[in-house]
Amino acid sequence: MDGLDRFLHTFFNAEVAARYWPDIIAGMGVTAGVGILVSVTGLVLGLALAILRALQQPWLSLPIVAFVDIMRALPPLIVIIIFFFAFPLIGLSMSALTATWLSLSLVLAAYAEECIWGGMLSLPRGQWEAARSTGLTWWQTMTSVILPQAARIAVPPLTNRVIAISKNVALGSVVALSEVLNNAHSATSNAGNPTPLTMAAAAYLVIFIPVILAARRLESRWQWKV
Amino acid sequence: MSALPILELVGLHKAYGSLEVLRGIDLRVFPGEMVCVIGPSGSGKSSMLRCCNRLESFQSGQIMVGDADISRADVDINAVRQHIGMVFQQFNLYPHLTALGNVTLALRKVQGKTRAEADRLGMAALERVGLADKAQAHPAQLSGGQQQRVGIARAIVLQPKIILFDEPTSALDPETVGEVLKVMRQLRENGMTMLVVTHEMGFARAAADRVIFMDGGVIVEEGPPAEVFGAPKHDRTRAFLARYTGGHE
Ligand SMILES: Nc1ncnc2c1ncn2[C@@H]1O[C@H](COP(=O)(O)OP(=O)(O)OP(=O)(O)O)[C@@H](O)[C@H]1O
Ligand SMILES: [Mg+2]
Repeated sequence: MDGLDRFLHTFFNAEVAARYWPDIIAGMGVTAGVGILVSVTGLVLGLALAILRALQQPWLSLPIVAFVDIMRALPPLIVIIIFFFAFPLIGLSMSALTATWLSLSLVLAAYAEECIWGGMLSLPRGQWEAARSTGLTWWQTMTSVILPQAARIAVPPLTNRVIAISKNVALGSVVALSEVLNNAHSATSNAGNPTPLTMAAAAYLVIFIPVILAARRLESRWQWKV
Repeated sequence: MSALPILELVGLHKAYGSLEVLRGIDLRVFPGEMVCVIGPSGSGKSSMLRCCNRLESFQSGQIMVGDADISRADVDINAVRQHIGMVFQQFNLYPHLTALGNVTLALRKVQGKTRAEADRLGMAALERVGLADKAQAHPAQLSGGQQQRVGIARAIVLQPKIILFDEPTSALDPETVGEVLKVMRQLRENGMTMLVVTHEMGFARAAADRVIFMDGGVIVEEGPPAEVFGAPKHDRTRAFLARYTGGHE
């Protein structure tokens, strides 16, 4: 066998691929599914936190800021481990899927809150004053004037965060979540051949390239009309 | 002046922390009047205006808008604000909405009008400020003068009893100041009641029914423009006007 053959036999082994592709597909489903769940939960929670913080009540803002700072400081892996291994000790057991979903959602919520809050803060006070002076309530001003503008500002950093956190679904392997990388890793050990890892890489491209393209379109569509 | 005042301030006191910026303001604005407020920077002109629709809170005194006492805690301030328009120095248009969207937002959200009805009223308001053809433009596509005229349309579309103007032309290029002042003159001719903080002395002198000179949180002098500009009674007024007019008055 020459070098190229050996390379192909190692990383693109058709026999191994044929044997393990169902595992990879199943893992893809888990990765994509958890990724979507985490994105939706994290964004909704982050938005809610940003709105609560905008009420400017210290008893709300202080815990929110503390939560956000802690979640941004901790590596997501540690958060997953705490949820899965530590919470059962206080009587809160959860599945690998729940632990991964909750942990990553909270981490994303923290970043989303910062992005959206930053967007709100960057708007001039005059936006609030103009809306309130025409009789809009606080909530109407928030939903019709502040959030549409804050969202536009927050979209580019948010799309990056969503992509990053979705890739972190792979961290679920530490609690034996059957996501694509975990499955590929087991398959690689069983087969004694890394082809499943190549398949996992392909799976990631299949999942994330469309997401990245969609994010790019979203960003350009949400640019200011000038 | 006839009738009851549309806006009445009685003994208005306001402080930011320990800084007293309004120290007993008494002022009445009557229907159809245009009252111009002049005075040095920091004299409390904006603060007074912003108390009138409670964008700022105040410590003591009373403000009546029509028969609504807005100093009362139980007043429905959002309802009262429908009757007091405000036009800002920085325009404060909503950049994500078109000119028409800016003008119709409160009609739809607060007054619950349908989009069709709001658009009809909004177009009429834009017409009055001469910008019907810019209805679909976003603020970033408009000149400063046009933006401020949209700001005025946003105020008049609610058919307020009075409009407060806080230095409406101070952020404008000199060449677009005129178009905004012209719209304000037209409003006055149509009977709109206006309280206008301005540094445009020529405008105040020519167009105001009454001029208020504020300094140090009090009204120092008030009267018809010919008197306040032509024969000011107080030294402080004279000194202020001398700075603005190069001492010719
Ligand atoms: N939000 C605030 N917090 C603290 N101090 C304030 C605030 N707003 C205004 N001030 C102070 O109150 C005083 C009066 O301000 P105000 O804006 O009412 O003056 P003005 O007459 O409108 O001045 P200008 O002509 O510069 O607009 C100033 O000393 C100002 O620094
Ligand atoms: Mg001012």
